Amino acid sequence: MSQALVNIAYLISALLFVFAFKGLSHPRTAIRGNLLGALGMLIAIVVTLMDKSIVSYELIILGFVIGGVIGAVFALKVQMTAMPQMVALFNGFGGGASALVAALAFIEAMEIGKTIGTQETVATVASGIIGAITFWGSMVAFAKLEGLIEERPIRYKGDQIVKIILAIASIVLGVFFGLEQNINYYWYLIATSAVLGILLTIPIGGADMPVVISLLNSYSGLAACATGFVLNNNVLIISGSLVGASGIILTNIMCKAMNRSFLNVLFGGFGEVVAGADEDKVYGGKVKSASPEEVAMLLENARRVVIVPGYGMAVSQAQFAIRDLMKLLETKGIEVEFAIHPVAGRMPGHMNVLLAEANIPYEKLKEMDEINPTFEQTDVSIVIGANDVVNPLARTDSNSPIAGMPILDVDKSKTVVVIKRSLAPGFAGIPNPLFAADNTLMLFGDAKKMVQELINALKES
Amino acid sequence: MDPFIAVLTIFVLAMIVGFEVITKVPPILHTPLMSGSNAISGITIIGSIIAAGAKYTTLASILGVIAVTFATINVVGGFLVTYRMLKMFQKPKSDQKEKKS
Repeated sequence: MSQALVNIAYLISALLFVFAFKGLSHPRTAIRGNLLGALGMLIAIVVTLMDKSIVSYELIILGFVIGGVIGAVFALKVQMTAMPQMVALFNGFGGGASALVAALAFIEAMEIGKTIGTQETVATVASGIIGAITFWGSMVAFAKLEGLIEERPIRYKGDQIVKIILAIASIVLGVFFGLEQNINYYWYLIATSAVLGILLTIPIGGADMPVVISLLNSYSGLAACATGFVLNNNVLIISGSLVGASGIILTNIMCKAMNRSFLNVLFGGFGEVVAGADEDKVYGGKVKSASPEEVAMLLENARRVVIVPGYGMAVSQAQFAIRDLMKLLETKGIEVEFAIHPVAGRMPGHMNVLLAEANIPYEKLKEMDEINPTFEQTDVSIVIGANDVVNPLARTDSNSPIAGMPILDVDKSKTVVVIKRSLAPGFAGIPNPLFAADNTLMLFGDAKKMVQELINALKES
Repeated sequence: MDPFIAVLTIFVLAMIVGFEVITKVPPILHTPLMSGSNAISGITIIGSIIAAGAKYTTLASILGVIAVTFATINVVGGFLVTYRMLKMFQKPKSDQKEKKS
């Protein structure tokens, strides 16, 4: 196949990827978009398999089989609640592959005695650094989300200096690699970047995970992009940029939803903030606990109910019970909608996927800006496993660590029912005055169990 | 045109297209967007295929196989899991189907 034909095929692939992203602009067209993306990938792979420098296919097929089986098993077995760690894991493999391909391109050039220009050298170094950070950062994120290592922020004195030294070391090694044209420097650089990737992710706590996963997503794209500059391959550059842009946009949305700067999430974090408000002062004698029967009576008389899910819903797998509650309320003529905070859960869109899994129509899932004005006309808001995203301190207390964070204004509805195990603080480590508000009833217990008891109570009445 | 300028142009334009297209993705689909874009970042697979098949040195072959494996996990896993998720976003056809699941 001539090079021109190969490049045209790659161009078609790149176009299909753009259409894949375009398809994702609506749930109706999204499946087709995903298929177009897969088709683009297939075309790129088939065309590449015809490359004349390939002398044997055994190793390629071996990699296809092993990778294909692992990927398919993971993808088909994973629970929807475990989607964040799944995405983190896949991200890591993408970044790792990019770093390896850049190294291989260098080894190849050395073998055939091709001189390596500045563009290729710089791109190889970039691919190595970003790829290694992506791989190891993703592995740490995976381990945290899976509960294999401590999810709380882990910090020690002088951690920022260590990171800066590692970053400089990686770049210096990159310069040596360029000057000496010796692959060993590349492996040293991979090692320092790997440690950097681990150290960058270790201090980040659970609720900041949406930002980290988005960022790693962006990195995996940028690593592919850098590899494209190494190989002078357009389809790699284009796809890498698309993915990079996607990750940057998501990172930005997540940061805005927490009213924190990107650097603050990476280098600061809630861990450093001393909790200001005293729990006893906020809760002392004011928290009202209710039984499922009492809440059921409230719901009986409601016209409009808004359900606010948080990470607690994912943990207790309550989405199916919530769907049943929704159906039951609707048969009684009550309007039910869902309020989704952008950072609810552990990754962008986490709650939407879980609710979709339970067959809750996406029209009922409302974004923060859309649902906030409607809380005043809402009779009952049910907060299930969410905390910081409904904390009114964000609006009122400018010294609070979550000051200025956009929240769901559930406190404006007539009655708020909070389903929660205990009064334990959320990720921000601060008490929530919502729980002690006059119009709030606490329903203490596991999310799924409590929703089921609500359903039973509603059926009996 | 200088080849570097050519690839740089492509990079910049692709970034702009990326920002334009992806800002239109609604928050409801952000998780599928991540897993789908993830799969697309597996495009590195084409670089790894050549590296694994060319047989320059033993080291290169071993690294090549690892790269193909990693990238394949990314591509196959990414597209499949995205498909699984997006199927859930389609409207439930009827209550019968729902009871089955």
